[in-house]
Amino acid sequence: MSEFEPKIVAFVCNWCTYAGADLTGTSRIKYAANVKIIRFPCTGRIDFMLLMKAFQNGADGIIVSGCHPNDCHYSSGNFHAKRRWMAFRELLDYMGVDVERITFSWVSAAEGARWAEIVNTTTEKLRKLGPYTNYQNLVKSGIEEEL
Amino acid sequence: MARIGVFICHCGENISATVDVVKVAEEIGKLKGVAHSVEYKYMCSDPGQNLVIEAIKEKKLTGVVVAACSPRMHEPTFRKACENAGLNPFLCEMANLREHCSWVHERNDTTTEKAIDIVRTLVAKVQRNAALQPIKVPVTKKALVIGGGVAGIQAALDIANCGHKVILVERSPSIGGHMAQLSETFPTLDCSQCILTPRMVEVAQHPNITLYTYAEVEGLEGFIGNFKVKIRKKSKSLDEKLCTGCGLCTTKCPQKKIPSEFEQGLGLRRAIYVPFPQAVPNKPVIDKENCTYYKTGKCKVCEVVCPTKAIRFDQPDEIIEESIGAIVLATGFEVKRSDFFPEYGHGKYKDVIDGLQFERLASASGPTQGVIRRPSDNEIPKRIAFIACAGSRDPAKGIEYCSRICCMYTAKHAMLYKHKVHEGDAYVYYMDIRAAGKNYEEFVRRAIEEDHVHYVRSRVSTIIERNGKYILKVADTLLGAQPQEVEFDMVVLATAGIASPGAENLAQTLHVSYDQHKFFAEAHPKLRPVETNTAGIFLAGACQTTRDIPDSVSMASGAAVKVAGLFSQTELTRDPLIAQVNRLGPPLYSTCVGCFMCQPVCPYQAIEREEIKSRDGKVIKVLAKINEGLCQGCGTCIALCRSKSIDIHGYTNQQVYSEVVALFNEF
Repeated sequence: MSEFEPKIVAFVCNWCTYAGADLTGTSRIKYAANVKIIRFPCTGRIDFMLLMKAFQNGADGIIVSGCHPNDCHYSSGNFHAKRRWMAFRELLDYMGVDVERITFSWVSAAEGARWAEIVNTTTEKLRKLGPYTNYQNLVKSGIEEEL
Repeated sequence: MARIGVFICHCGENISATVDVVKVAEEIGKLKGVAHSVEYKYMCSDPGQNLVIEAIKEKKLTGVVVAACSPRMHEPTFRKACENAGLNPFLCEMANLREHCSWVHERNDTTTEKAIDIVRTLVAKVQRNAALQPIKVPVTKKALVIGGGVAGIQAALDIANCGHKVILVERSPSIGGHMAQLSETFPTLDCSQCILTPRMVEVAQHPNITLYTYAEVEGLEGFIGNFKVKIRKKSKSLDEKLCTGCGLCTTKCPQKKIPSEFEQGLGLRRAIYVPFPQAVPNKPVIDKENCTYYKTGKCKVCEVVCPTKAIRFDQPDEIIEESIGAIVLATGFEVKRSDFFPEYGHGKYKDVIDGLQFERLASASGPTQGVIRRPSDNEIPKRIAFIACAGSRDPAKGIEYCSRICCMYTAKHAMLYKHKVHEGDAYVYYMDIRAAGKNYEEFVRRAIEEDHVHYVRSRVSTIIERNGKYILKVADTLLGAQPQEVEFDMVVLATAGIASPGAENLAQTLHVSYDQHKFFAEAHPKLRPVETNTAGIFLAGACQTTRDIPDSVSMASGAAVKVAGLFSQTELTRDPLIAQVNRLGPPLYSTCVGCFMCQPVCPYQAIEREEIKSRDGKVIKVLAKINEGLCQGCGTCIALCRSKSIDIHGYTNQQVYSEVVALFNEF
């Protein structure tokens, strides 16, 4: 059997990480094809329910990435995203969601190589963790309990 | 029923070499809602765009996805094409198959599958795009230039000569920048001050230019065409209107032994000082850190001697707020200083100096009146060494880049030395000679052939002092020779050019991006070199990377044209990708409950209160309302809104959720 290839979705901001990932391309740095990028104006825009939606639809892992602290195009969106992530991580952990599957990072528009590195390490980690079937069980158990 | 057109670009071979574009077009064509799916060699070319335009007209498309390069590159191109075909430009999306797929993966089935996934998400998104109308905003036709070096001066003059008002802000007491410190310039060896000072005077006298020296930008709000800037004009302890610039105070001040910044520490100045004789404005400032009065409360000699009673010890800093439409950043560069080179003893040995210090020694108005003397004992050095690439191109020191100007100024320094000390010996230790520019290579050859400067290809490993001489450990790498010790009287390091101190803070204040070396980042390395990614902010000179005078001046004129182009319009159109609070019919009016949790998170104070009143004027409901002029579309309020009452055009909840779903599922 061939190696398990995780499905990973990346939620990135337009100004830093999206541009950084563009630079990875312009620099022709190769990385794992597991990650697909969805563009947002800012990480501050990312509603964490989107992460749940991604897991529900079969994502094995998620990357959220924006600008470094103080570099946000909109001054403070990345700080809001970070604080939201701190609170949300606790909540997810409590609910039984595997928070190891979410990578939260900062990649600037100048860090093309760093983007490739983050994608590769995340992919490598998720290959070891295997498919995230547990999430579906979690949803089922939630429904059963309600019934 | 949606009728989406999908256009897949080969980008020559950039995409088609790794992605099976024919298969992508085929698979995408099978999706629900896709009415047209084709591939083409160059989508951005004229025939490529026509393909889009014709398809929109013929197939009556309701949305377009162009799968090609990054939207940061060609989104405007294709949105314009859609507009030309009569389709609202905001119904066009781009799928990034080049930067995010073909360039970063090998050719195989997985890459093609990823390409299909990417296009599919955008097809799902575009079906939920709304036809939007651009927002029109007025333009304040006044520019701000930050930095008064040669680039800032040129940009300010060019904009002012186009008939627009300019505010020039300079951090130090005089404009002029590094160019005012230079003795002579390459490759013509003409006197730097002779060509610069007339420009400085022109700035001071120009009716369209307001000059603020000893001032810094503290805050910036707003957006292109409508910025509001806050400038701190530091107290000079002087009433500039009364001061005539007679300079009496600067000769009487008892604090005489302060190292002069302008002389790079090789000369001295007083506590009340004019940085250099041709300074603009030619009026003194009091350096509060070194002034006896500010330190002990006694002295006031300057106040006593001043014939016009212009000294104001109690003068506070002044905060100036100005409305401006565009900004040119021209904050320049700095050279790496002493502690960076322990192996060369820079900072420890008095006669190991940097290039900028050598400029002052060679300058007729410098501390030695243009005679090259050793700082340690004022002797004229008989043997002098110049070390190129001191710090530059040295990954071990964290500076991988070439500083671009050092090869040329080192050749110039060696030449100037030979012109002043005919019997002296000048050695240049270099890695490579990079003399790319008009008459540059000829200039270096002149130094070698006519002025007999010895060029030795070598890396100097250490410098040690022995009996007032400096011993360099070098090896001629072209001869493959063994390392040897060579004795010199003086050493000049061509230290690396680095970003100006404070560049990072300024970038964060203005929200412009910068690279890992803290140089400001251009919007596109080739096609938009003078623009930043923040609309309305432009770059000039060495703040983007170290560059020489001709390059800085041309870049400044380029930035000035961008500003003038912006100011040639009476109103600007802005992308309407901003937030909006939903509105419903009575009795609900909106799902917004007026909790105003969104207000504190908005970085632009764009969220206002709106009262819904009944016919008799009673307030029925209080809602949040987004000010269209202020909202920049970051979307932080959307993720925060508890009742999901706010949404953002271009990235609506419907759009992003459908993208996530489409990424994993066929539809």
